[in-house]
Amino acid sequence: MMGLQEEEFQMPNFKQLLEEKDSEIMRLKTLLTKYVPKSELDQMSNSHPSTKIAASTATLESPENLCSQLSKEDVARYSRQLILPDFGVGGQQKLKKASVLIVGAGGLGCPAAIYLAAAGVGTIGVVDYDSVELSNLHRQILHKEHGVGTPKSLSIILAVSSLNSSVKCVSHHVLLKSNNAEEVISQYDIIIDATDNVASRYLLNDACVLLKKPLISGSALRFEGQLTVYNFDGGPCYRCIHPSPPPPETVTNCSDGGVLGVVPGTIGCLQALEAIKIAAGLGSSFSGKLLLFDGKEGSFRKITLRSKQKTCSLCGDNPVISKLIDYEQFCGASPTDKTETLHLLDDCSRLTCQEYKQLKEDSSPHLLIDVRPPEEVAICRLPNSVNVPFSKVEDPIEVEKIRNYIQKLDNKNKQVFFICRRGNNSQRAVQLLEPKLADLNVILRDIRGGIQAWAEEVDTAFPIY
Amino acid sequence: MEITPGIESMANNAAPYVGMSTTVSFNGKSGNISSGGAELLFNNKKKFDVMLPSSDKPWTIKNLLKWIKDNLLEERPELFIQKDSVRPGILVLVNDADWELLGALEYEVQPNDRIMFISTLHGG
Repeated sequence: MMGLQEEEFQMPNFKQLLEEKDSEIMRLKTLLTKYVPKSELDQMSNSHPSTKIAASTATLESPENLCSQLSKEDVARYSRQLILPDFGVGGQQKLKKASVLIVGAGGLGCPAAIYLAAAGVGTIGVVDYDSVELSNLHRQILHKEHGVGTPKSLSIILAVSSLNSSVKCVSHHVLLKSNNAEEVISQYDIIIDATDNVASRYLLNDACVLLKKPLISGSALRFEGQLTVYNFDGGPCYRCIHPSPPPPETVTNCSDGGVLGVVPGTIGCLQALEAIKIAAGLGSSFSGKLLLFDGKEGSFRKITLRSKQKTCSLCGDNPVISKLIDYEQFCGASPTDKTETLHLLDDCSRLTCQEYKQLKEDSSPHLLIDVRPPEEVAICRLPNSVNVPFSKVEDPIEVEKIRNYIQKLDNKNKQVFFICRRGNNSQRAVQLLEPKLADLNVILRDIRGGIQAWAEEVDTAFPIY
Repeated sequence: MEITPGIESMANNAAPYVGMSTTVSFNGKSGNISSGGAELLFNNKKKFDVMLPSSDKPWTIKNLLKWIKDNLLEERPELFIQKDSVRPGILVLVNDADWELLGALEYEVQPNDRIMFISTLHGG
């Protein structure tokens, strides 16, 4: 473990520098028009081009009253949003002063960050402890192929800075936990929850309530996305809606459930929109509301959530939570979206990939059952395996199929091996099927680490997904 | 009672997510229950048009959940129901509003109600 680390990358703030110089010039020009006789001014403006405009406008009104605080460059850059009724110069100036923290530099965090930067949010912080993997790139669109293996928070910062160098970017390469969350969050006005796990969502919610920050929460899986804003404008917090965490076995991550990149992309953009609206003083459309996006059906549905709950253990009338707790313990799951490795079977019921390879080379008769879903089997499979998806291993039709296969094995020591993606469901399958096949005098074992271990330990050309 | 057919089995090893949109009908009048997000639990089916049988007891959501457990869920009901209610992480909506606003378990389902079970997502 590298331990907690925080790296700050601050781009040289040329824009600010320019603005300072500009306003200094303005001030000098104003002084000039006040204290220097007009004839002399005309002479000066002829010899010094930069004072020309000041000299000509000075006769009408002080330029400070004519132009907004925005620089000429800002006006050009943000012109299309400056002319928006309801947003305007005031909105832009508020945006410039605002700071937004994006927690999670993934499928939600990337689009959120880039749109916030494009819009001219003054300070953007990004928290992430992961490094870029190839399997991220289909949805985490600010990371690059050559950035695989580098910290995600850093590659977001690079992308943001190259789009808008005037944005102050801060990379927090830390795993946000109870002992550091408040320190990071307290530095920002608005927090975007772009995380991928339950423990982090409760942690962010609690910290935002304790520190009185609005929390813009997004999530996505498969073809669906959800968006809501917590702890804002008298609305509910995450605990008002979800007083208890879901059982860990009911939580699906993107790695196991899959996700189409555009889906978190859509939700991440909407998170940026809400952050911009809140920062610009326009309020939010999702306090006490939940947006349900179904990408497969092309539908957006906005539903009304319960109001802030008086009985809420965190933001209610008699809160029992007054400081951050242990969220891993509370949720029964770690603050990552990594799949945990289970140890359900005794060692004698397990085979390593190397042992299985040897067994194949010895042409030892056996049956190999791949319990992954057909979509995953279609990506890659071991030769001579039969597919019985884990969800169907108890299905009487499938059990009968397996019994038939086993009866065709012609040796006495009938061996059946189960393989899955990472070695968890293969163990579960052994446990589920042992009683159903007990009469066949058969040895059921699982292959440790599944297809992924096979790719890492035996056949490095084998794909990993 | 009518239930739209099309029930397949649970899709894969990933945890089922709940979201179903079902249409409920009463006494021959068409109603609406809808499953928006629980399709893996409900065999990949998003929408059920159901006609609830006549009953002496009012069709509260509590009773409806029991009925769904007995009639629509084929396997692993614990992933949907815990004690008498839905498990944590599932949001119940009645006509696009959080059921808590309407009395939660005690709400009496009305003809043409659209009831959705939404599984909260956590990925990103």
